[in-house]
Amino acid sequence: MLKYAVKRLLMLIPVLLGVTLIIFTLLHFTPGNPAEMLLPDDATEEQIIQKEHELGLDQPFFVQYFNYLKKIVTEGDFGTSYTTGRSVSEEIFVRFPRTIILASASILVAVAMGVICGIISATKQYSTFDHIAVAVSMVGVSMPNFWQGLVNILIFSVWLGWLPPSGFSHWTCWILPALTIGTASAANIMRMTRSTMLEVIRQDYIRTARAKGQTENVIRFQHALRNAMIPIVTVIGNSFGSMLCGAVVTESIFSIAGLGKLLVDSINVRNYPMVQGCVLFLALIHAVVNLGVDLLYAFIDPRIKSQYGGSKKKKALSKAAVKEAA
Amino acid sequence: MQKTKKVESNSMWRDVWKRLRRNKAAMFGLALLCIIFAGALLAGVIGPEGYDYQVLRDRNMPPCWAHPFGTDHAGRDILVRILYGARISLLIGFSAVIVSVSVGTVIGASAAYYGEKVDNLLMRFIDVWMAIPSILLSIAIMAAFGSSIQNLVLAIAIGSIPGHARVVRSAVLSVKNQEYIEAAISNGASDFRIITRYILPNCMAPIIVQATMSVAKAILSASSLSFIGLGVTQPIPEWGAMLSVGRNAIRDYPWIITFPGLAIMTAIYGINLFGDGLRDALDPRLKH
Repeated sequence: MLKYAVKRLLMLIPVLLGVTLIIFTLLHFTPGNPAEMLLPDDATEEQIIQKEHELGLDQPFFVQYFNYLKKIVTEGDFGTSYTTGRSVSEEIFVRFPRTIILASASILVAVAMGVICGIISATKQYSTFDHIAVAVSMVGVSMPNFWQGLVNILIFSVWLGWLPPSGFSHWTCWILPALTIGTASAANIMRMTRSTMLEVIRQDYIRTARAKGQTENVIRFQHALRNAMIPIVTVIGNSFGSMLCGAVVTESIFSIAGLGKLLVDSINVRNYPMVQGCVLFLALIHAVVNLGVDLLYAFIDPRIKSQYGGSKKKKALSKAAVKEAA
Repeated sequence: MQKTKKVESNSMWRDVWKRLRRNKAAMFGLALLCIIFAGALLAGVIGPEGYDYQVLRDRNMPPCWAHPFGTDHAGRDILVRILYGARISLLIGFSAVIVSVSVGTVIGASAAYYGEKVDNLLMRFIDVWMAIPSILLSIAIMAAFGSSIQNLVLAIAIGSIPGHARVVRSAVLSVKNQEYIEAAISNGASDFRIITRYILPNCMAPIIVQATMSVAKAILSASSLSFIGLGVTQPIPEWGAMLSVGRNAIRDYPWIITFPGLAIMTAIYGINLFGDGLRDALDPRLKH
């Protein structure tokens, strides 16, 4: 198990290198000279050249990329913001906790609603609840997140006046954004839970469990749900990853000063180092979340765990089984 | 010989259509799509003055007979703008998907067909590509190249290429070892001919389903990017851009954000329903 985890961690390195290279290349070719942006408007030609030299902008592309990487790895330095003159990583770390809070609150909403509705829907297939849940989830999947946010503000803040429309000073401020992001993912999770549960319920071992007189609740949660867990966890993990990144739009609607709003604001003022830093940081987080989900599989599913188990005999067995199946 | 083959290939799609027609949800989705297509076609008839025709006297009017969806801050009819916006959204959605499916098919099919080293190289590349969330990749591309419809199509397409490549790869892998492929090889057909004439037609089903669903995703991405100011610029009536303009006046003029949002939702809902039905209709496991 540990070996597998280490192997996966090592595999993260080429991925991260690739990600940084792609993002760096893209934003390297953006219009605008960073040296000019950092200096006051009345800077002379010499001052600009001086600054370019300081920033290493007169170096070849790959040297620049290497220096950029070196700074990130050794100093955690993503560059300097054009607008505030502060370091990008500093700003990111001030904002990141808010994004995490929002994503965590949203995933709680999503999992609670999605998994519960999915299980009820699957166990009572073709009931009224099932029909309504399926129809509503389809609408939920199709609704753009940012529009749902606007509609929520309109209904709950403007018309009903129950919740504040924006900000993050009081805990009530988090309810609307968490509901907005959460319900959208809940629809996805519900659909996945329903379809996997339906598939599992038709398996022979469920019939066996029924035949031996197991109570329906034990069958539902211990036999069916545990076996349906892998795809559900994948969807939940993916949702969490995309909430951290996809909160980009929602955060700016609710004026929550998290990473997403930072990114959008930086785009609007053409603050490219900040954009680069945010995109890179979010991509890293996304990769780490995905890794976490993959490791989680092994804990949930003993079949996967045994594949990466320590003993060679087990490995040989599973390999033989795979060959036979192929 | 030729004739029998033709009849067979026809009957497969007729079969799919028959199953699809029985699926009420899919037909409802298709109907919604037809409405949007009709709207896009009739935009010029309903709003002959064009999408940025302003009547400054009629700014921020609530829905009424003359303006069923109301007017915006510049006195432009929202219904007309939504209809013109349908053209933009459909254009972006379909062109992005055409680009990404073509590139994805080339990558995925060559990876699966040539296997071994080619497969390994291409797929590791795809892994890195996929590690960047597509919305972030699109944001980075748009920030680098600037706002325009072509760039938007490109940005969205590039974000979804790896997904298509994976689907095509697994589909090609599943038919690659069939006997008729072996027969084609022993007949001396070229690799290109084998891939385009024998392999791809036999793995159309997953590719079509994926492509259909991608149109919805592309429309959604386009409107999200426009909403944060990175996609289509004013005064072009993209639905997301319309929402972005209306969001500041949400308290006083809620209809400005209501209808463009409904339009996006209708389009995506229609495509999703249709795509779901198409998947069921194409799934051979449900044939029996």
